Amino acid sequence: MGRTLAEKVWDDHVVRRAEGEPDLLFIDLHLLHEVTSPQAFDGLRQAGRRVRRLDLTIATEDHNTPTLDIDKPIADPVSRAQLETLRKNCAEFGVRLHPLGDVEQGVVHVVGPQLGLTQPGTTVVCGDSHTSTHGAFGALAFGIGTSQVEHVLATQTLPMARPKTMAITVDGELPDGVTAKDLILAIIAKIGTGGGQGYVLEYRGPAIEKLSMEARMTICNMSIEAGARAGMIAPDQTTFDYLQGRDHAPRGEDWDAAVAYWKTLRTDEDAVFDAEVYIDATGLAPFVTWGTNPGQGAPLSANVPDPASYEDASERHAAEKALEYMGLTAGQALRDIKVDTVFVGSCTNGRIEDLRAAAAVVEGRKVADGVRMLVVPGSVRVALQAVEEGLDKVFTAAGAEWRHAGCSMCLGMNPDQLAPGERSASTSNRNFEGRQGKGGRTHLVSPQVAAASAVTGHLASPADLSDAPVTAGV
Amino acid sequence: MEAFTKHTGRAVPLRRSNVDTDQIIPAHWLKKVTRDGFEDGLFEAWRKDAEFVLNKPEREGASVLVAGPDFGTGSSREHAVWALQNYGFKAVISSRFADIFRGNSLKNGLLTVVLDQKVVDALWELTESDPQAEVTVDLEDRQVRAAGITADFDLDENARWRLLNGLDDISITLRNEQDISAYESGRPSYKPRTVQA
Repeated sequence: MGRTLAEKVWDDHVVRRAEGEPDLLFIDLHLLHEVTSPQAFDGLRQAGRRVRRLDLTIATEDHNTPTLDIDKPIADPVSRAQLETLRKNCAEFGVRLHPLGDVEQGVVHVVGPQLGLTQPGTTVVCGDSHTSTHGAFGALAFGIGTSQVEHVLATQTLPMARPKTMAITVDGELPDGVTAKDLILAIIAKIGTGGGQGYVLEYRGPAIEKLSMEARMTICNMSIEAGARAGMIAPDQTTFDYLQGRDHAPRGEDWDAAVAYWKTLRTDEDAVFDAEVYIDATGLAPFVTWGTNPGQGAPLSANVPDPASYEDASERHAAEKALEYMGLTAGQALRDIKVDTVFVGSCTNGRIEDLRAAAAVVEGRKVADGVRMLVVPGSVRVALQAVEEGLDKVFTAAGAEWRHAGCSMCLGMNPDQLAPGERSASTSNRNFEGRQGKGGRTHLVSPQVAAASAVTGHLASPADLSDAPVTAGV
Repeated sequence: MEAFTKHTGRAVPLRRSNVDTDQIIPAHWLKKVTRDGFEDGLFEAWRKDAEFVLNKPEREGASVLVAGPDFGTGSSREHAVWALQNYGFKAVISSRFADIFRGNSLKNGLLTVVLDQKVVDALWELTESDPQAEVTVDLEDRQVRAAGITADFDLDENARWRLLNGLDDISITLRNEQDISAYESGRPSYKPRTVQA
């Protein structure tokens, strides 16, 4: 019987397989950041262990880093201490580190792909659930906990139970104005936050094949919000074109050998998935969340749902709690929801295409009075590219704040947070209670919807902007 | 890791689904660089409400958390497991756990038990009507027992063996050093490297 993409990559990394034991998998790439690594390094130190494969390990600083005044000492002493701990650990153990201020610094899931380290058919892990992002290249990429971080540092392997596989086939083509973010939010709303539990998802079908690498990363990034172990997309010419010439992409004969292998990484015709889901892209529209988990979403044109309409008692209760927290009323039009903060950034939507899309919407327009718009590039490289294209000026001319790279308001570990009761349209990945700041309320949206919402002051898509753009400087 | 064989204690019924790890331990606690001292951060936002179940005096000293479906979703932060353990929880029962949280819990000796929602409902009713009711989580027999309730649970044999013996994963893996070295010697040269070895 044929094998799925996930099974092929899995099989190629089995170091040891024994009856009654999880498979021992080799890890090709281990990404580290400041938040989930300190206790792992401590464990190594206590056991007198070293990092087994420094050449497969790389660290950057992202979760805690400020996005303003990065040349000054970090104001929060606890954040500063955590970054200093990472620097000390990397120096002591010899790990390559891109700290704040370095040209390769940025959100770890933006950095790996842009360096060309994330490649098809590799296993990638990081102590961060959004490691699923790297699956866009046909890599098998898992978010792991700190105990596993220590395990990979010490052994370059992980014992793991073989996951099940789920095909998510997206037929048709995304309509104009509908993005990868809308698609993944619609998928999560369909299968639920636990729908992918125990599975590796493979996104496939014509609508997926047409997506750029950056859009594919947005899709795979949010696999974890459906509860999946990982998300993957088969590598194709789009993947190879993205990789060729990048710093760590193979060269010469190695490139040819790599591409020959990468071309084998497709689910066989006769392979059987453990579960299958179909979505028709042609019927999709801009999608936003109204609740406090990423599965609580609806098309922008819809109304806030009535909790009484849920048959399942647990879902009904969850919807009631969510509306209470979000300060929303059943039946209220989603478009009427006013926002005071807009965040464009994160490992979901902080890449150059995302910034271009948001800039195109705000260009020649103004951020509405009383709305604060933060634009946080996913990495220093993304920021430099945006500056080269003049996007930073487009944002600042519109009244948005152009910030330094990092995770920023996605999780509010640095000073970029919502105040209690504040409401955001955010291109990030989680609308959990308090995620962006204690008492803050989050609506997950695409970069286009974020930008249109900044201009109108309520949830909106670019199609809602009837005004002709004002010229810059007016 | 501390071994887990059997635990009996009072329970906290948490009637919520989709309890994400941001609720279990908010992000600002993640700046700490130790594995302890997270107990005050556990469910920090909800604990501001005096009516929250964990704040009830009769729940003090309870050590088994009985939660709704999809417990531990979201962020991979192992701090969520440490916070539950630091607070005094030895076991968590739910009808469904998020994968990463479950993996983290079993690596730290916090037993996560999957039971049918019907059994979870029965445990909620029992422990709400009688806060003193004790719940036994028995890993040797793979069984949860409380007044009028007996429910078997599954846990794969390998995970159970490691928990029962409190075994450290890294030591187990390093017994297979030869397999790792053999695999490494066969890796193709086109695989990415972060630095020249």
